[in-house]
Amino acid sequence: MLTFEAPKELNLKVLNFLYDDEELKFRFLTDLCGAHFPDLKEKELAVVYHLHNLVDNVRIRFKVFANINKPDVYTATGLFSSANWMERETYDFYGINFVGHPNLKRILNVDEMDYFPMRKQYPLEDQTRVDKDDEMFGRGGTIGYGTEKTDHGTIVESEKHNVGQDIV
Amino acid sequence: MSEQHIKLPEGSIEKTTTTLNLGPTHPATHGVMQNILELDGERIVSTEQTIGYIHRAFEKIAERRPLYQITPLTDRLNYCSSPLNNMGWHLTCEKLLGVKTPKRVDYLRVIIMELARISDHLICNSIVGVDSGAYTGFLYVMQYRELIYEIYEEVCGSRLTTNIGRIGGFERNFNDIAFQKLQKFLDEYPRVLKEFENLFTRNRIFMDRTIGVGAISADRAMNYGFTGPNLRAAGVDYDVRVTSPYSSYEDFQFDIPVGTTGDCYDRFLVRNQEMWESLKIIEQAFRKVQEFKGADAEVYHADVPEYYLPEKEDVYTKMEALIWHFKIIMGEIDMPAGEVYNSVEGGNGELGFYFISDGGRTPYRLHFRRPCFIYYQAFEELTKGSMLSDAIIVMSSLNLIAGEMDA
Repeated sequence: MLTFEAPKELNLKVLNFLYDDEELKFRFLTDLCGAHFPDLKEKELAVVYHLHNLVDNVRIRFKVFANINKPDVYTATGLFSSANWMERETYDFYGINFVGHPNLKRILNVDEMDYFPMRKQYPLEDQTRVDKDDEMFGRGGTIGYGTEKTDHGTIVESEKHNVGQDIV
Repeated sequence: MSEQHIKLPEGSIEKTTTTLNLGPTHPATHGVMQNILELDGERIVSTEQTIGYIHRAFEKIAERRPLYQITPLTDRLNYCSSPLNNMGWHLTCEKLLGVKTPKRVDYLRVIIMELARISDHLICNSIVGVDSGAYTGFLYVMQYRELIYEIYEEVCGSRLTTNIGRIGGFERNFNDIAFQKLQKFLDEYPRVLKEFENLFTRNRIFMDRTIGVGAISADRAMNYGFTGPNLRAAGVDYDVRVTSPYSSYEDFQFDIPVGTTGDCYDRFLVRNQEMWESLKIIEQAFRKVQEFKGADAEVYHADVPEYYLPEKEDVYTKMEALIWHFKIIMGEIDMPAGEVYNSVEGGNGELGFYFISDGGRTPYRLHFRRPCFIYYQAFEELTKGSMLSDAIIVMSSLNLIAGEMDA
């Protein structure tokens, strides 16, 4: 599948062009989702659009990247009604702020949640457990998030009280 | 309920409309989802949907699980047709890993997938009947869903959340009982489906309740991201099985039924017709499977020792097999890095898997494109201005599965 990226300021222009162009006709938004790449500095968060030209049966993938400290991306709801909930879901999980979205609030998680759970700094399991040290199987030890040790346990444990303060 | 959860319009004490809370647990939602309806008498002024009551964070969980441990998660998306989800997931893995499956495996998969589609459409259509006051059809066809579940049981050992198949094929070959039951199904089901259609298709009450209810134009349906029978009922002949064939669907002859108005009646008819088409596909696949003779008839998985568990007998007697068994079970095998999007035609539309791999043992990111989640947004547009009782029919004829919506 053809994959390309564009500066996030241009996402609407690109989507509009792909939609309107007489030959491209990418008028079906198959999927919209987010992703988090902590190692890509200044472009940690990604929004991935999957578009489909139903006439010629061609699919493309289109990505924009945003800085995690200012994750503003224009909404595609004006073009695709289906983007509404998919953007809400992306906001819910990754905290991407879709500028111009009619109703940008959490959709699957509770409204009271004060962090964005799919970001990579939130490990799935409690890494501080001591009864489950399975370093041999790649789940503990020195690999992965929340495994680096500090004086007060793992990094994740020491960061626990910070959760939600600097990201919301 | 606190104000935090339900936001009433300003000055709601004096408002002339009634707020009705349909869900989260209501017999008509057939799942855990909430509709807050604003009613003027019995007419719907506006609706607001709240979902997420059974959100289980599958996408997050999947980021720490090796491939085989994700299959049971996909079971729980659309639990009316879990084999479709399982196959979709295995096909996605195969696409990433570059596994090519033998023809016989493809045909066996097609049989299972089409059975799953029938059981999914069967539930949906008979529930439309239940919600419009005709309970008989539902009880009548349930016997045949049971037969489908028995076939699953012979193949994989479980019924509802099947966890069926492996990367590269099936965990075991279909046994004789499975084929006998399949033959029984093919013999008996057409008569039952015909009778089911007779009960509903030209039934005056049913037609009055569904024709023109919850209609949507093809344009709007596409804009709302409709796929599957709901999109086809609006007149767009988009079917993943045809546009991007997987699992050798190109070897089969079948039609894509389409509707015209996209209302509940058309959705019902399209689903019914799809069951006939699925039967046609199963018959063809069954015949093709029977053409394999001798050693070919024993093929039920691709030769991918890195991802397919070795025979139990070998595990207990051969060191090499034991090592591979251990590595696969513990999920110690790295995947190639890359990203794939793969979709299958699920029970209610295009079920997509967007899989980013960083070369590790678990997905870096896995996103499920759940058709229900995307088209449920259109509920307000479908029901605005219609009666409360229509909203119930629209809900069931869209085939909303809470498990799939909330992932």
